Amino acid sequence: MERQYDIIVIGAGHAGCEAGLAASRMGFSTCLFTMNIDTIAQMSCNPAIGGLAKGHLVREIDSLGGEMAKVTDRAGIQFRVLNKSKGPAVWSLRAQTDRLLYRLSMRKVLEAEKNLDIKQASIERIVVEDGRVKGVLTSLGVFYKAGAVIVTTGTFLKGLIHIGLENFQAGRAGEYPSIGLSDSLKEIGLKMGRLKTGTPPRLDAKTIDFSKTQPQWGDEPPTPFSYSTEGITNPQLPCYITYTNKETHRIILGNLDRSPLYSGRIKGIGPRYCPSIEDKVVRFSGRERHQVFLEPEGLETMEYYANGISTSLPYDVQMRLVRSIPGLEDAEIMRPGYAIEYDFVYPAQLKHSLEAKLIDGLFLAGQINGTSGYEEAAAQGLMAGINAALKLQGRRPLILGRHEAYTGVLIDDLVTKGTNEPYRMFTSRAEYRLLLRHDNADLRLMEKGYNIGLVNETGYSKFNDKRVLIAGELERLKKIRLKPGQINAALAAINCSIIEEDTSLEQLLKRPELTYDFIKRFSPPGMPLTEDIERQVEIQIKYEGYITRQMEMAERLKRIEAKRIPDSLDYTSISGLSNEILSKLNAIRPSNFGQASRIPGVTPAALSLLMIAIERQKNRI
Amino acid sequence: MYYSDTIVAISTPLAEGGIGIVRLSGSDSIPIAQRVFKSPKGKCPKGSHRIFYGHIVEPDTGEVIDEVLLSIMKAPNTYTKQDVVEINCHGGIVSLTRVLTTVLKQGARLARPGEFTQRAVINGRIDLTQAEAVLDLIKAKTDRAHKMAMSQLRGGLSQRVMTIREELINLTSFVEAHIDFSDEDLPQLSITEIEKMANSVMERIRHLIGSYSRGKIMRDGLGIALIGRPNVGKSSLLNALLEEDRAIVTDIPGTTRDMVEGLMSINGIPIRLTDTAGIRDCNDCIELEGVKRAFMAMEAADLVILVFDGNAPLSEEDRQLLNAVVDKDTILVINKIDIEQHLDIGNMTMSIPVIKTSAIKGYGISELKNGILKFVSSADLSEAGWMANLRHKICLERVEASLGDFLSELRKAMPLDVLATHLRDALDAIGEIAGETTPEDILNNIFSNFCVGK
Repeated sequence: MERQYDIIVIGAGHAGCEAGLAASRMGFSTCLFTMNIDTIAQMSCNPAIGGLAKGHLVREIDSLGGEMAKVTDRAGIQFRVLNKSKGPAVWSLRAQTDRLLYRLSMRKVLEAEKNLDIKQASIERIVVEDGRVKGVLTSLGVFYKAGAVIVTTGTFLKGLIHIGLENFQAGRAGEYPSIGLSDSLKEIGLKMGRLKTGTPPRLDAKTIDFSKTQPQWGDEPPTPFSYSTEGITNPQLPCYITYTNKETHRIILGNLDRSPLYSGRIKGIGPRYCPSIEDKVVRFSGRERHQVFLEPEGLETMEYYANGISTSLPYDVQMRLVRSIPGLEDAEIMRPGYAIEYDFVYPAQLKHSLEAKLIDGLFLAGQINGTSGYEEAAAQGLMAGINAALKLQGRRPLILGRHEAYTGVLIDDLVTKGTNEPYRMFTSRAEYRLLLRHDNADLRLMEKGYNIGLVNETGYSKFNDKRVLIAGELERLKKIRLKPGQINAALAAINCSIIEEDTSLEQLLKRPELTYDFIKRFSPPGMPLTEDIERQVEIQIKYEGYITRQMEMAERLKRIEAKRIPDSLDYTSISGLSNEILSKLNAIRPSNFGQASRIPGVTPAALSLLMIAIERQKNRI
Repeated sequence: MYYSDTIVAISTPLAEGGIGIVRLSGSDSIPIAQRVFKSPKGKCPKGSHRIFYGHIVEPDTGEVIDEVLLSIMKAPNTYTKQDVVEINCHGGIVSLTRVLTTVLKQGARLARPGEFTQRAVINGRIDLTQAEAVLDLIKAKTDRAHKMAMSQLRGGLSQRVMTIREELINLTSFVEAHIDFSDEDLPQLSITEIEKMANSVMERIRHLIGSYSRGKIMRDGLGIALIGRPNVGKSSLLNALLEEDRAIVTDIPGTTRDMVEGLMSINGIPIRLTDTAGIRDCNDCIELEGVKRAFMAMEAADLVILVFDGNAPLSEEDRQLLNAVVDKDTILVINKIDIEQHLDIGNMTMSIPVIKTSAIKGYGISELKNGILKFVSSADLSEAGWMANLRHKICLERVEASLGDFLSELRKAMPLDVLATHLRDALDAIGEIAGETTPEDILNNIFSNFCVGK
């Protein structure tokens, strides 16, 4: 039996869902394969979306026409803007979500898509002929032909779960792993490594004494992720904070011999930013306590996620360590914590489009590329979906620059530097952090989302209105000048230096101590503006100098990136390159000089040699 | 065009002799030249492929730096296919350096080794068949310059630069941890703590910049202080050194116990000789003042010539002086060897070179001059050497400027994301001499110093 689709997506996690939606919405018949339809868009780790830098990614996904932000807004049960005291570029949104609502809400969106089929099947093989992907083969022997295949298998490739010294094969707790597919990827020539991650135990709220913990509520009113969301309708819930103590640490240290991590059973490399509690206790022995965040799993469940005590210690030790924590003295574990090892593909084998360099039409996205996090996965899934579709349309891939999006930073880091541990996004990874704010993701990307056909007319015209209003208000603030008499009394009242001569609203707003809200009292805009627009105007004026400077730096980067390196360049023919640099260039095959210069160890002299070689090649043609 | 920012370098070998060329390439070459150049009739140098006579003048102060011929060559018919300006200077090494510094102050960037050629190649100026040979040259030059840069960092200098880099990384990590892990249980973000860390790095940077004396040698000449007890023959030694060079002697007004300065030149390097008052413990208050000045002169000098009297046994004062010069580059002169010798210095002088002279009879004076020359050449005034040196200093000054911005905006309570940009600039600048700092380095530092992650 043989069926045919334009694009096939393997895996329906956060990457797979975005990939499937983007591909089908761009007009291609798409099939999304999952091993279990009931766990589509499952949040395998904590029930939260966003956070530092990750919140930025979600806004970017939204601006490009992806779905994660909208679904989060529908499933969110607590919203907070983090870093409010630390400057607008690093403000970041995080939401606690109802795990079940999230899954159902995403599934509904997928099922409503007319070009998208959802099928439960285990894909065993990717069929490749002459360096081109042909389709996939299921465990039941059905062949599906496709023009492009996107692999988004998360932690499922040869997943191995550890709890204490016990281990068993699984994709997630309670789910089958994918064994054959990993071998198939190896067979077609991809180099693979092994990573590890983990989760904490989940507890029964009935058995938690919340009075011994501190509640943490979200913002009121909540700020939504999506630019299209009008309001958050779910009831909002708090998280609760408690701490480990010396007794907890004593229990952990006394049982390290039964830890798969410390007994050497786990070979995969774990993320340093997401250490297990045993790691934290061993590495920071001076700390008397570690924070534990009790996060609600949803509105209709008693289950709580004990964030901060991720562990793979045996079940009895997990019980004792949990019960040593204030508020959890009688807590019952509903699901134990575990560590999971899984195969990943070294991402430097991909192009910026996320297509494998080796195999035409094969795209990889999400945790299989060595990342961690729902947001990192979704952003890649979206880009892989977009680029698979653009490829079938015969158009150039959409590649976001490091100055344009965290998504661009993410993918460029992966394909240029590769990774040896689960890669997570941090704001400090971005060189142009002041440009990549969460408030301006739409201004950065929505035009692109519209051009590829993922942002609809309604969204786009709303966005255009916003742009016009921002420009108008910026212009107005420049033009309107206040006389000293108009504002000096108010300035003096808040202990600010007074003005000597007529001063524009813009100049006033540039003062660090004055806000837009203060300024607008003296000369309000003709029509009241939304808070979103007010903030945008305020940020653009207040930080203009810094923003301009980073834009100039970004301009320079763009010029270097415009200098392309042809795919066909034979590096071995360039004399003078050291062996080390040669092997790096050969492995990464950078697409332009900007990328080449970011490969660790590639020197300016080597870049000059490259440039000559390319000039020569051009002249010969 | 690949690069268009304006670069500058001294494009002739830094040898003795009058003439040298400072060359600029890039979009701002001509405007910069117009700002620093003054023709006798006040004409502004314009056009292309023309030569102008005039002076290079420090725009801020109006001070004349050198008499020059200025060539203006507009793109594309130039070596780099960019606007190029060449300044033919006449005043020797010192004025070449000053012209270069003036141009740098106007916004040009010091060219990397081979960068002019690189631009020529990239912009298609050099025929492709020549390219490979040229590139070999660039590669060789770059490697050599790198080695040179590293070898320049000797005598603990390397350690000091690395310490500054480490402290900058720590400071950046502290700030970044509070941005990227603000929702975690971190130690409280204390502005005073950050300020303290930043100030401590700042102090190190300033100290290090201050220690780049060779830059000063190029600018002001080499300072030599003659010190010793009274009557060991310092003044006659000074005269002996100067006489041969027919240099000018200036009597600085004051008592005989004040200082006398003289100028001479060895291999084109100007040398300032200072004869200090005799140093010895005393209660005479005028002499005390003189002794104080002598110590100051010694402190400021690039090289100290410590003079002992060969005719007298080693005194307590001599011993103390020897201790006082332990951190300075020093030549020990035993004078009066023409008369009976009573001095026994044993092995006290350790690594200090010793030269025996008779200033009165003129014995050993050429040996002393050779000793000075040896010091001058060990100061590595070769082209690559001092360019590397200047590069360090420029880098450190950029670090200083960025950190200064950081501190001033910290006090203005600017948000962390803005503040962090200055730290990144500082790390980029020091990266040019101490190695690049990547975001990964910062994250590594955060993970090893803070318990973050859930």
